[in-house]
Amino acid sequence: MFNYAVRRILQSIPILLIVLSLVFVVVRVLPGDPAVAALGDYASKEAVQALREKMGLNAPLWLQYLRFLRNLCHGDLGTSIITGYPVASQVLRVLPHTLELTVCAIILGYLLGIPLGISAAVRRNSGVDYFNRIFSLLGLSVPAFYLGILLMLVLSIKLKLFPVVGAGEFTDLSKNLRHLFLPALTLGLIMTAYITRMTRSSILNILREDYVRTAHSKGISEKVVLYKHVLRNALIPIVALGGVYAVVLIGSSVMVEIVFSRPGLGSLMVGAIKQRDYTTLQSVMVIYVVIVVVINLLTDLIYGFIDPRIQYK
Amino acid sequence: MKISEGEEDVMAKEISESQRMWLTFWRNKTALAGGGIAILVIFVAIFAPYISPMDPLEQDSYARLAGSSSKHWLGTDDFGRDILSRIIWGSRISLIIGFSSVLLGMVMGTAMGMIAGYYGGRAESIIMRSIDVLMCFPDLILAIAITAALGSNLLNLIISIAIVMAPRFARLSHGSILSLREREYVIAAQAIGAKVPRILFRHIFPNLFGEILVAGTLWVGEAIRLEANLAFIGLGVQPPTPTWGNMIREGVDVLINAPGISVYSGLSILITILSFNMLGDGIRDITDPRLRGA
Repeated sequence: MFNYAVRRILQSIPILLIVLSLVFVVVRVLPGDPAVAALGDYASKEAVQALREKMGLNAPLWLQYLRFLRNLCHGDLGTSIITGYPVASQVLRVLPHTLELTVCAIILGYLLGIPLGISAAVRRNSGVDYFNRIFSLLGLSVPAFYLGILLMLVLSIKLKLFPVVGAGEFTDLSKNLRHLFLPALTLGLIMTAYITRMTRSSILNILREDYVRTAHSKGISEKVVLYKHVLRNALIPIVALGGVYAVVLIGSSVMVEIVFSRPGLGSLMVGAIKQRDYTTLQSVMVIYVVIVVVINLLTDLIYGFIDPRIQYK
Repeated sequence: MKISEGEEDVMAKEISESQRMWLTFWRNKTALAGGGIAILVIFVAIFAPYISPMDPLEQDSYARLAGSSSKHWLGTDDFGRDILSRIIWGSRISLIIGFSSVLLGMVMGTAMGMIAGYYGGRAESIIMRSIDVLMCFPDLILAIAITAALGSNLLNLIISIAIVMAPRFARLSHGSILSLREREYVIAAQAIGAKVPRILFRHIFPNLFGEILVAGTLWVGEAIRLEANLAFIGLGVQPPTPTWGNMIREGVDVLINAPGISVYSGLSILITILSFNMLGDGIRDITDPRLRGA
């Protein structure tokens, strides 16, 4: 297991390097001059040139790229061209909010989705199965921001059960949880839909296997067959695809943060685009990429733990 | 050879593969419902100028944020514009972007996947590792970045979403090509000296098309969702052109006084995406050999 983990970590490094290079290129392709964005459209040419020199934008592209990688290795995400503050401090301030939102949604998705998927699979073509299938189809179809707006309308505005917008401080747990509930529920319901569908499909496939038929013919109880023989094998694709869905959820968290006006990487990214703050945009995209690579790595490691055959490939 | 009565009955009842697929489709209520709703949405988009009760850009200052009435069935927005008319016209943008981006992504991605899968070696490594790199970005983040780089107009939105969709088609076609290229008819075509484009498009692509079509149908809904997301954060087709995402965004500002703007626009998006998902599921069930006879 240790060798497998080391191998996967080493495989992630070149992918990460290439992706970071792509981020560097994409941000450089953005229209407009960052120095003009910082100083305004009426700034003098001399002032713009001086700022470009200070920001290192007049250096050759390859030198800018090397500086970009060097700064990343030192944890230096640059300085916001709009606020003048280090981007790293802005990111550190908002990153915990994005992480808590996404982690809560993933946990909720698995906690609800797996039991729903199991009940749909074992009671195939019953009312429970049809309800779960409709629920998961709706969950796959609804845009995250629209679901958030509906929940906000009903639970916050009409029933006044939860705050409408914002996020609580981590020092005040109850206030934080009250602000977190609706956004996490929004993403969690979508994740539940994915997991329900995947669980149902996976279990139905496993139920057709010979060893399950053998277990039944030996007189083993339904419960033991399900939890000892079926579920462990069914978990493999659920875990594998759970990582894929978690990445989708990261993208959807951008929309939920906008709807609920929560601080987070998504809000920071959209704000940076609107203000043409390229340094912040570049750094936020780097953080997103690192999160995705880590999620993929964790998924592979968990996958390898659940299915020992994977480690020997 | 004498044929028994039982064998005669069986032979008389044998149906072609396409007939079997149609029968399976007609029996699938979910797919039928999805297909029906999708056709209705497409009909509304095509005939928007004729069925829209009012001009979607026409403003009425005396009827701002009005509720439902005989004149405005779904009410009006902050500029007094009829919501129903804007939803009807908004369907055009969503469907144009949805279909065009999936089609463009399909062409780009399938071509890349076919070339990578057929040639193998270095071409395959370069193409598929590039696909892996693109797929390291969450779809929405990638779409936001590309749209911000290109600018937000109709054509750029189609290109942005197509770039997000292309890797999916590339992976799908690459996986299929790996087995298809070993088929006897491909080897035979190579043996008689057929050129690579002919082999790819005449022999391989027709066998790949069904799978691509299923995926494309499912991903039209995804493309429409991406467009709505981009419009909601202000990176879509710019106002005053009515798009569903724009309408939801404008509606959020007046959610307490006039929730209908966001609710009805969002419902349109949901129904459209749902219909394509239901249709795509049905088409996938038809082509899944494990479900034959089910």
